[in-house]
Amino acid sequence: MTMLHTKHLTHWFGGLRAVHDFNLDLQPGELVAIIGPNGAGKTTVFNLITGVYRPTEGQIVFQGQNLVGLPTHRIIVGGVARTFQNVRLFKELTVLDNVRIAHYARAGYLAWEAMLYLPRFTRQEAQIRQDTLELLDIFDLADLAETVSRNLPYGQQRRLEIARALATRPTLLLLDEPAAGMNPAEVEQLMETILWIRRQFNLTILLIEHQMRVVMGIAERIKVLDFGQTIADGTPAEIQNHPRVIEAYLGVEAV
Amino acid sequence: MEFYVQQILNALQVGSVYALIALGYTMVYGILTMINFAHGDIFMVSTYLAFFTSTLILGLASGLNPIVVFIATLLTAMFGTALLAVVIERLAYKPLRTAPRISAVITALGVGLFLENFMVAFKPVGPAPRFLPHLIPAVNFNIGGVTVSTIQIVIIVVSALVMLLLDTIVRRTMVGTAMRAISWDKFTAPLMGVPVDRVISMTFALGASIAAVGGTLYGMAYTIDPYMGIRIGWWAFISAVVGGIGNIRGAMIGGFILGFVEIFTPVFLPSTYRDFVAFSLLLVLLIFRPTGILGRPMVQKV
Repeated sequence: MTMLHTKHLTHWFGGLRAVHDFNLDLQPGELVAIIGPNGAGKTTVFNLITGVYRPTEGQIVFQGQNLVGLPTHRIIVGGVARTFQNVRLFKELTVLDNVRIAHYARAGYLAWEAMLYLPRFTRQEAQIRQDTLELLDIFDLADLAETVSRNLPYGQQRRLEIARALATRPTLLLLDEPAAGMNPAEVEQLMETILWIRRQFNLTILLIEHQMRVVMGIAERIKVLDFGQTIADGTPAEIQNHPRVIEAYLGVEAV
Repeated sequence: MEFYVQQILNALQVGSVYALIALGYTMVYGILTMINFAHGDIFMVSTYLAFFTSTLILGLASGLNPIVVFIATLLTAMFGTALLAVVIERLAYKPLRTAPRISAVITALGVGLFLENFMVAFKPVGPAPRFLPHLIPAVNFNIGGVTVSTIQIVIIVVSALVMLLLDTIVRRTMVGTAMRAISWDKFTAPLMGVPVDRVISMTFALGASIAAVGGTLYGMAYTIDPYMGIRIGWWAFISAVVGGIGNIRGAMIGGFILGFVEIFTPVFLPSTYRDFVAFSLLLVLLIFRPTGILGRPMVQKV
């Protein structure tokens, strides 16, 4: 079954058409990148998939289920997770609580059970805490569990964001410019991490990225957006030599 | 010496009630950055819920253990008030979630006026002051010249317990973590699977049921009337601002500070100066420490 399918996806912000006729078929386990100049509508696509905006037109089907009109938190619980272009951690919460909150849907205990420290509360919270620490451990953050997240250096904040996204137990992960602001060594490590979590957590990944090293290095397919339009779609090798892509990035004169 | 110990005890009693109400202001502000000016009147409604429940219970069965009557009254008032607050949020505030904050604040003032005037017009309530039936036998103990009543003990102990429970909820449970997360970033919280609307409802319900604890306790010690929510609501609001609005422990501290202002002003000044002292405290604090005692500095988000 197709993991994610969008058809004629179109979104207007007032008089601006941010996304126009975006069609995507994402197969389970694939790693597809969306590239394009700033303002091309890439992040809008993520916002449409996660229900932050409701598309003006078009369909979004995730594992056979229609996502259009569903509230965001339901879409997330259903198996879609994302990270953000500018890191959006809960800055005043600890590293632990940032990941713990992503387990919200799993905590089935009631407030009064918590007040009385009944077994269901203590058991579920202990399990969530353990799962949280295991995830933090994967990203070398377990020692920092009690640190307030705004005090982390930038690279660790980026890693924490991925850990937090994984805590919602996604099958589809949307990464919005994960390599932004990273140095070459960090980028190298990030590429390994992305491939590793895809294997480890059986993920399908949709990636927005500006750094061509990352896109060309790990994406199996690339879609190129410009002014909301899909101007190219193909393997990295095809995209690199695509005249319209070169035009969009470098301008008509260069062609 | 006995005099001051006595006054401190009285201040703790009054301060407990202010603190319980202040928590509702501060929690709603924390999650929605909105001042729920109807909260004082929601507190007023809770005292009437306690009044009718206790009258009904004692009318039906007079020989019950006072502790059973007290707990039944308390729980009914908490539940009813929570329901009222959730309905108010859904009908009056939620449609204004994306409107400018001032619209929601004006609506809250309107809801408060509605509750006051509804209660005045509502025949079983009416404008006359009332007394709650005696839930707990009022016994005075004299300890070294200081008079302590059973009611005073119940007010202080129950308030302290409720505040401890709330602290547990906010710090340890998922809902509490969600409240803190939403107060920092409303946009990201749903993207982590947090149902923001439901957490907001729970915040209103929690704030209102804590106010109902305050309302029941208050009704045990003082007379109640449909306009009581105005003055007490303002004092609780000042408590929340003094402690640092949005901060839970701040609201507790602020409540006790205002309790001390209320009790100790008449010791040094004419008792009519109480409101003057309370509001002066607020103004001076707003000049020198606008975020309150424990408040976080406002960071302007881009």
